[in-house]
Amino acid sequence: MKPQSRAFKTNATQALTNEPLKKALGGIKHGFVANRARARANLPEFEQLRDEAKAVKEHTLAHLDLYLEEYEKKVTASGGHVHWAPTASDAREAILKICQDAGAKTVTKGKTMIGEEIAINDYLEDAGITPVETDLGEYLIQIRNEAPSHIIAPAIHLTKDQVEADFRKLHTSLPYDRVLEEPAQLVAEARKMLREQFLAADVGITGANLLIAETGTSVIVTNEGNGDLTQCLPRVHIVIASIEKTVPTLEDANTILRVLARSATGQECSTYTTFTTGPKRPEDPDGPEEYHVVLLDNGRTEMLGSEFHDMLRCIRCGACMNHCPVYGAVGGHAYGWVYPGPMGAVLTPSLIGIDEAGHLPNASTFCGRCEAVCPMRIPLPKMMRHYREREYEKGNTPHRYKLGLKLWAFAAKRYRLYQALTGLAIPLMARFGKRSGRFRTIPLAGGWTRHRDLPAPQGKTFQQLWREKEAKS
Amino acid sequence: MAKTEIAEAKPSVGLFVTCLVDLIRPSVGFAAVKLLEEAGCKVEVPRAQTCCGQPAYNSGDKKDAHELALNTIAAFEGYDYVVAPSGSCAGMLSHHYPELLGDNPETAERAHAFAKKAHELVSFLVDVRGIKKVDIKYSGRVTYHDSCAGLRELGIKDQPRKLLKSIQGLKLQEMDEAEICCGFGGTFCIKYPDISNAIVEKKTANITASKSDCLLAGDLGCLMNMAGKLSREGRQMDVRHVAEVLAGMTDEPAIGANGGES
Repeated sequence: MKPQSRAFKTNATQALTNEPLKKALGGIKHGFVANRARARANLPEFEQLRDEAKAVKEHTLAHLDLYLEEYEKKVTASGGHVHWAPTASDAREAILKICQDAGAKTVTKGKTMIGEEIAINDYLEDAGITPVETDLGEYLIQIRNEAPSHIIAPAIHLTKDQVEADFRKLHTSLPYDRVLEEPAQLVAEARKMLREQFLAADVGITGANLLIAETGTSVIVTNEGNGDLTQCLPRVHIVIASIEKTVPTLEDANTILRVLARSATGQECSTYTTFTTGPKRPEDPDGPEEYHVVLLDNGRTEMLGSEFHDMLRCIRCGACMNHCPVYGAVGGHAYGWVYPGPMGAVLTPSLIGIDEAGHLPNASTFCGRCEAVCPMRIPLPKMMRHYREREYEKGNTPHRYKLGLKLWAFAAKRYRLYQALTGLAIPLMARFGKRSGRFRTIPLAGGWTRHRDLPAPQGKTFQQLWREKEAKS
Repeated sequence: MAKTEIAEAKPSVGLFVTCLVDLIRPSVGFAAVKLLEEAGCKVEVPRAQTCCGQPAYNSGDKKDAHELALNTIAAFEGYDYVVAPSGSCAGMLSHHYPELLGDNPETAERAHAFAKKAHELVSFLVDVRGIKKVDIKYSGRVTYHDSCAGLRELGIKDQPRKLLKSIQGLKLQEMDEAEICCGFGGTFCIKYPDISNAIVEKKTANITASKSDCLLAGDLGCLMNMAGKLSREGRQMDVRHVAEVLAGMTDEPAIGANGGES
């Protein structure tokens, strides 16, 4: 997917006038946010679990090389293959080769954000292989030819009515007068349409929520069961995952799973949590004949030990975006690439560069709600600030803005000058604003007064009044 | 005995006025002085203060933020406490200065010592000075917005409510989503005015739905944003800093108002 993050401002302005999007985003408050709050309230040790989950990831990242080697050893021992992919292009090539070796015509896919990051669907299609998304949300955006707008609910920007209309347009083999009112009816229809695809696919691709080093196991969490069919039915199963998904032990995986679903959807545990180790063994009734893991780096080792190290703890629950006022206003597509919201505001510049994604870490009020709900306690605002520092140092900060900042700072660092200037300007401004108490327009403050009035100063500055008072007494 | 002596020794408080209160609403500064004096503090206002440096810090301009932080620390080093009528500025002083000045051991030590004595006004009154109530009267229904930095960096939630509820005649009507950002975000509202507007629109809808006659908060930035939006929407609502109500100093016209004649 070609990044559109430079156009964030334009994207956002368009999103703000998109009524169906507004309606769809309005549902997050009563859904994910309310459910997470309930799940948290129902588990007294939730805060302690967050600390434990964070500690698991911190430890793993400090010894990532060791755990990755251990993981590879265990995957190989169970009959699987690990493919190391330093870049997105390496990952795409590795996946295509596995598919071609298997003589694949269609590939079913479980939900994978790494698949989005490396844009695997387009690549496979160009090579004559048809990818079929089996997660309902991914299926919806695939038929609309859109990108996901949320990392766990890729079609969260769509309303039920839009989905119904798409289904009627696309599923022409079904009677037109069928009832499609309830979400359950839509899910049932998608299931029916996907059933044949599951059976016909030669290769199944899934992501991984966790990779367990001690056993060589990959773990996925889903609510639809599509992931299980994707990885069990085809002859070949490919797991694509980024290196930081690793945890040392099954016990550690359990710790993270306990915070993951609660933070994401507010469930105690997702409907399906599937552990997969290697291909089908002789005594297994089903499973793939081949099991491959494509391990993607794509800039992550660069983040290790950097100011953005903590971002590698992210478990992709989406809580940060569910609670973000900016995401809640503009939705995920405005962010212009794969990862939206606060986690995207840090991860996107880390993966595709600050020149492309400079807007994202700036488009935050620093309200801190993302950090407050992050199960891994990732200091997201702090890392966004680090990106702003890099931008400023690189000279990417808009010229007019920087000039304003410099002039202000020059005066603010010299309190006598500052007080002399403000002591002249503020009473003058107060006189202009006295009649109504506010300004409807003001030179150089168009950004503010386009949408709201600017309250007028009361009169003299506090410093003036205080010095006058002191002089009297 | 010893305890009483300590209680009787007046702690010295340097009032960090904050740039917005200094320029836009000095009455909040005077309300803060009154509240601090009533809480048994000796209050001074050092002249060598301007801004805490947060606009530079959050814009990535570390150098200017660094210098402003050192200026602020120097201006307040002689006081027992530094108190600001703003959660955002107090959060800058107490949470971000140590981070900003942490590279050099000498400045790090000064920043940590300074951070320990820096407080937001209302939480200082309740948590440090042990104030349980204010002895004034007020007539009306107020709603309180939790500004982000005060709430999430400093844990300010119950303190203002406790004092507000102690006021005779005041009815506190909670709005929905009081803890959600108003969209101000410092320079954010200038850099992304349309997004900021979409966020403040949700806020003013919640404020209006609370059926209060007065909106209160502890940060002037947020208050100016919400007051500006409410007045643009043509809503009749007084908007004030919580310190004005707690100090019983509500004679001044509300934020963005002209003294009753509209």
